[in-house]
Amino acid sequence: MAQPIANGQIMAAKTLTINGKHLSAEESATVLEAASEAGIEIPTLCRLEGLSEVGACRLCLVELTGSSKLLPACVTKVAEGMEVKTDTERLRRYRLMILELLFAERNHVCSVCVVNGLCDLQSLAQQLGITHVRFPYLYPKVSVDASHDRFVLDQNRCILCTRCVRVCDEIEGAHTWDVMGRGTNSRVITDLNEPWGSSETCTSCGKCVHVCPTGALFEKGRSVAEMQKRREFLPYLKLMREQRK
Amino acid sequence: MLREIVIDPVTRIEGHSKITIQLDEQGEVQDAKFHVTQFRGFEKFCEGRPFTEMPSLTARTCGICPVSHLMASAQACDALLAVEIPPAAVKLRRIMNLAQLVQSHALSFFYLSSPDLLLGMDANPAKRNILGVNEAHPTLARDGIALRKFGQEVIALLGGKRIHPAWVVPGGVSEPLSGDKRERILAMIPNATALIERTLCWYKNVLEQFRDEIQAFGHFPSMFMALVTPTEAGHRPVQLEHYNGVLRFIGASGNIVADQIDPTLYQVYIAESVEPFSYLKSPYFKPNGYPGGIYRVGPLARLNVVDSCGTSKADRELTEFRSLVPGVILGSFHQHYARLIEILYGIERIEEILDEPDILDRHVRALAQPNRLEGIGVAEAPRGTLIHHYKIDEDGLIKWVNLIIATGHNSLAMNLSVRQVAQHYVKASRLEEGMLNRVEAVIRCYDPCLSCSTHALGRMPLHIQLLGHDGSVLDAVTRKQ
Repeated sequence: MAQPIANGQIMAAKTLTINGKHLSAEESATVLEAASEAGIEIPTLCRLEGLSEVGACRLCLVELTGSSKLLPACVTKVAEGMEVKTDTERLRRYRLMILELLFAERNHVCSVCVVNGLCDLQSLAQQLGITHVRFPYLYPKVSVDASHDRFVLDQNRCILCTRCVRVCDEIEGAHTWDVMGRGTNSRVITDLNEPWGSSETCTSCGKCVHVCPTGALFEKGRSVAEMQKRREFLPYLKLMREQRK
Repeated sequence: MLREIVIDPVTRIEGHSKITIQLDEQGEVQDAKFHVTQFRGFEKFCEGRPFTEMPSLTARTCGICPVSHLMASAQACDALLAVEIPPAAVKLRRIMNLAQLVQSHALSFFYLSSPDLLLGMDANPAKRNILGVNEAHPTLARDGIALRKFGQEVIALLGGKRIHPAWVVPGGVSEPLSGDKRERILAMIPNATALIERTLCWYKNVLEQFRDEIQAFGHFPSMFMALVTPTEAGHRPVQLEHYNGVLRFIGASGNIVADQIDPTLYQVYIAESVEPFSYLKSPYFKPNGYPGGIYRVGPLARLNVVDSCGTSKADRELTEFRSLVPGVILGSFHQHYARLIEILYGIERIEEILDEPDILDRHVRALAQPNRLEGIGVAEAPRGTLIHHYKIDEDGLIKWVNLIIATGHNSLAMNLSVRQVAQHYVKASRLEEGMLNRVEAVIRCYDPCLSCSTHALGRMPLHIQLLGHDGSVLDAVTRKQ
């Protein structure tokens, strides 16, 4: 059998089954990529094409035969003979729970949000059929940072996916964003937890705003349901940067 | 086919409230109080939010009159931006505000009050609802539903949805009107006009049956306040103005107490008092003190303060309305009549505005950062004058909010009205159902929105207590949820 060739190098192919479907994938591929190639959809939230994978949100968890642990498909590499299940009762239950916990952890009020109807978190909740949240809301008292001339950070809506951190570091190269604290006290911060408006590293490029899956980052002056996020640029931008190296 | 209709709660007002009636030693009514027992807290939890959220955030106060909050809030935000709003945007906002006036008035008159008016105050409570109206007078019920639908359709055509459209934004509106939508609204006008004219005709014929109620339902001298057209813009006579304009106060004899008041100076004329028995604040006319500064707002106030409505059919109706009694119309029962005239006015004005040449202008939004740190927006909600007042920090985050809701202005008047009805109808130490309903009905005249005015999501049972002179509860009637 002929081997797949990439960049002049011979790539090994792995054969595996996903939901009983036999398929093959390059050995460097993740389970998520192999599934996507085969037209099998796995829900994701922290993942964004063009950025590195971190497995932060755990929504892409899959079952692997022979493993009692659930594994995030976005950072699990394919292996020979792997048997993957992406849509079991257990997984559906966990995914719902993850989303409910996200909603319970901060103050998400869709009806008055700048991304109402345009939000990744909201559309995923609709897609997975969330009707209510079974966990007590934490109602944390968190801040809104509107010190930047053009953008606003509303911690009430942040799900700590770190898309902003990654795009700022990997694509823009500014590394203005980072994460501070632990557990439910974790917060995304600019520079050394200074007001965004006084950040010396921020280039005001706005990429973080557009990759943010929720209304946590938005353009100043936008009213409810008006913040359309544009992300198509990202894979191209990444390609250009890589070619320049 | 098995059908189930659940009416829960059966009360016909919006929000949570109760009434207590105090008796003296002879068993006569000494005092009665209207208690609003819910609390919303919008003024507090808006603090810290970006001002651009305020129109939609405050609109969530209410599902009946969200548009009023959109109007007052957007104007307060316009004041923060300190820019001129494109004329087409102002006209489009006006249309939406009038559409809401029509739908909210239709809700109040047909859904909430027409059961009393058609079936009688003493009718069987099981039948005294919109379904009972539908049985007894299907045309009236259908006209009401159709008129409300007209208002809602206009709102949906402009803003994308019937309730809580996000279309009104600081600086204007988010989308211009299309020629197609304009035609669709215009096509609905003739039918809506015919329906309200038919209702007015019916109402004028039944009015005679309520001679006793007219005299006892909040019939007392007081001031009236409303927004009117400014005279410096060449508007004479002074006419109805629901979107912005200037404030006018008149006395019980029709004398003008204060006129052409810039509404941003409201604090000079209006102060708010708090009573321990209610979450509803009681605003009063500052120069006259509390509670002497009692005034009323709403449809009757608006028709009392203006020289004329400003549209031909409504003006003919106003002339007939004013011929009921000489001078200012003091009976709150006539809020119903005034509401119907305002529906007619609203439909006429929508048509007029739609015929203005620049109504389809694509420029409908002025963009700016905030240029002022304080902004006040005032509009006429269906129930009366609505005031939004915001202060922001340099970053555009809300620091302070004051909301004076239309229902609040009527707080003193509603209390006085409840007392008047109780004194007129409660003669023994036993509460009759018809008495309970009349006390409810006088509140309905004001069409209060208690959920709006106390800043709880909630069901609204009406709880009436009869207290002896020593404070003991002699009797209580509770409307079940």
